[in-house]
Amino acid sequence: MSFHNTTIRLGLIAASVAAACAAQAAEPVIGLITKTETNPFFVKMKEGADAEARKLGAKLLSAAGKSDGDNAGQVTAMENMIAAGAKTILITPSDSKAIVPAIKKAREQGVMVIALDSPTDPENATDALFATNNYKAGELIGAYAKAALGGKKPVIATLDLFPGHPVGAQRHNGFLKGYGLSSLDAKSNELAKPAEVVCMADSYGDRSKGQTGMENCLQKNPAINLVYTINEPAAAGAYNALKAAGKEKDVVIVSVDGGCAGVADVGKGVIAATSQQYPLRMAAMGVAAGVEYAKTGKKVSGYTDTGVTLIASKPQAGVDSKDVKTGTDLCWGAK
Amino acid sequence: MNKTSIKLPPIATLGPFIALLLACLFFATQSERFLSAQNFSLILQQVMVVGVIAIGQTLIILTAGIDLSCGMVMALGSVVMTKFAADFGLPAPAAIACGIAVTTLFGLVNGLLVTKVKLPSFIVTLGTLNIAFAITQLYSKSQTVTDIPDGMTLLGNTFRIGDTAIVYGAVLMLALYLLTWFALRETKPGRHVYAVGNNPEATRLTGIATEKVLLSVYVLAGVFYGIASLLTVARTGAGDPNAGQTENLDAITAVVLGGTSLFGGRGVVLGTLVGALIVGVFRNGLTLMGVSSVYQILVTGILVILAVATDQLSRKGAR
Repeated sequence: MSFHNTTIRLGLIAASVAAACAAQAAEPVIGLITKTETNPFFVKMKEGADAEARKLGAKLLSAAGKSDGDNAGQVTAMENMIAAGAKTILITPSDSKAIVPAIKKAREQGVMVIALDSPTDPENATDALFATNNYKAGELIGAYAKAALGGKKPVIATLDLFPGHPVGAQRHNGFLKGYGLSSLDAKSNELAKPAEVVCMADSYGDRSKGQTGMENCLQKNPAINLVYTINEPAAAGAYNALKAAGKEKDVVIVSVDGGCAGVADVGKGVIAATSQQYPLRMAAMGVAAGVEYAKTGKKVSGYTDTGVTLIASKPQAGVDSKDVKTGTDLCWGAK
Repeated sequence: MNKTSIKLPPIATLGPFIALLLACLFFATQSERFLSAQNFSLILQQVMVVGVIAIGQTLIILTAGIDLSCGMVMALGSVVMTKFAADFGLPAPAAIACGIAVTTLFGLVNGLLVTKVKLPSFIVTLGTLNIAFAITQLYSKSQTVTDIPDGMTLLGNTFRIGDTAIVYGAVLMLALYLLTWFALRETKPGRHVYAVGNNPEATRLTGIATEKVLLSVYVLAGVFYGIASLLTVARTGAGDPNAGQTENLDAITAVVLGGTSLFGGRGVVLGTLVGALIVGVFRNGLTLMGVSSVYQILVTGILVILAVATDQLSRKGAR
């Protein structure tokens, strides 16, 4: 879509100007490239990076792709940031494979590249990965859903991201694994479809598309009693569809992210449980690593799990969860 | 300007209907749940937002213009009406009026730039698209507004005919289509829209104020986008700043699938409704079949090219 192109170009010009100013100063320059500028998850990530950079006296440049899946926008942003003197790039890869050659080029110039939130493919294309374990996040809500259904036969609808995205596959497959159904492993990019899953729809992580998906799934099978959603906006859309059909009390909705609005929805009973992740923490850790590298020349390496916590308003026996108040205090790593 | 001169060739009028019928027949054989009144009511409510946007888009395309800003303007309208209600405690009707006023203002700005500054609509609306997007994000701080009064979601409620639940908003969309169809067909201002799209210079020479016609088309389109804002709020129960990102191309797709010519002056607004329904039917039918929605995108692409090719060939034939 061309409008975003234009937005990005403006953003890049601004980033370059900011970068030129930054190059004058001796402070370490760190670049943060997120998937989009508008998803609250990434907005939070940027806030976390900004705060940490201010605290440590680093200069943070930030940019994003035009939409989820936009690789070219991320490559351009990375080139501009390196030209502006960034020695560390923090990136949430939109396309886990396509971004690899650009990262390789950056690392050859002595830039440390850290993937945030989701890995590149292969994972060792970056120096390090600070991420939540999306498969585990899925497993937690899967186990919770099994306990919440209490022995009832599950009739499942999944509102997924879109075809071929690793995070979408990991959460989906982890959820099924956690429920104890036949599933695929954490490396797979395919979505498992055991017999208990009666309907799958792509929500694009979007509220209204999630609602449309749920409506169509209910049309396909009105007996659905468990809904897995890729994120909380999709869950809110699913709830709308279920409410319109008068089924909101009979269906368990589980989700992933733990954003402040999502946790509030857990409190209201819209979502039964969500796996909470911490983008602010990821970004802050990335900035700290960048400052360390600028000062001592020491790079970080390997995978660091930034943690995931199950948030539920009604705890289930045998499933470890935290309450809504804890979730609200921690939403998106506010502390 | 007599009526016969702007009559469509049969293929352009019937083509979209035939495509819709074939799609319905196909899905009816694939899923026993497809062919039910409830399912068709569902598809109607799923297309109501893009359907109403596409009415405004049809008016503009009939004048040989195009509007890329429609989806973003709609998102801005929905954020304005929900935030005005949530932040200032405005009663629903007043907040809704404010939202529609903002989208109408965008229509006016688009129209003034096209008619007074003589800029191409493509570029004007590319600009206002970005402006509307940025204002939406800045004003909402990229946060969804959920604390909204009940009065704002009335159009999302349903009534029953037999066992079929029908959303009021879908009825409103159908009424707007009929009203626009009648106005374009039977009223003087409506005929002028076709005339301006067909041949602006000749129309001006016959004494019709072409600039006024154009400007009012853009303003009216803004009003339709405002109604779509209200419909998306009613449907999702929220003011979502990330809504509307694909609605511009979706609306243009519906218009083109419906047989309206991108060169202006030819087309029937009811065709646009059929175009929107084709997309909705594929999305619904493929989910019922358990097939990935990527195929809907594939089919839409093929149908768009078929529709434009049909228009182009029929123009050559008419010469």
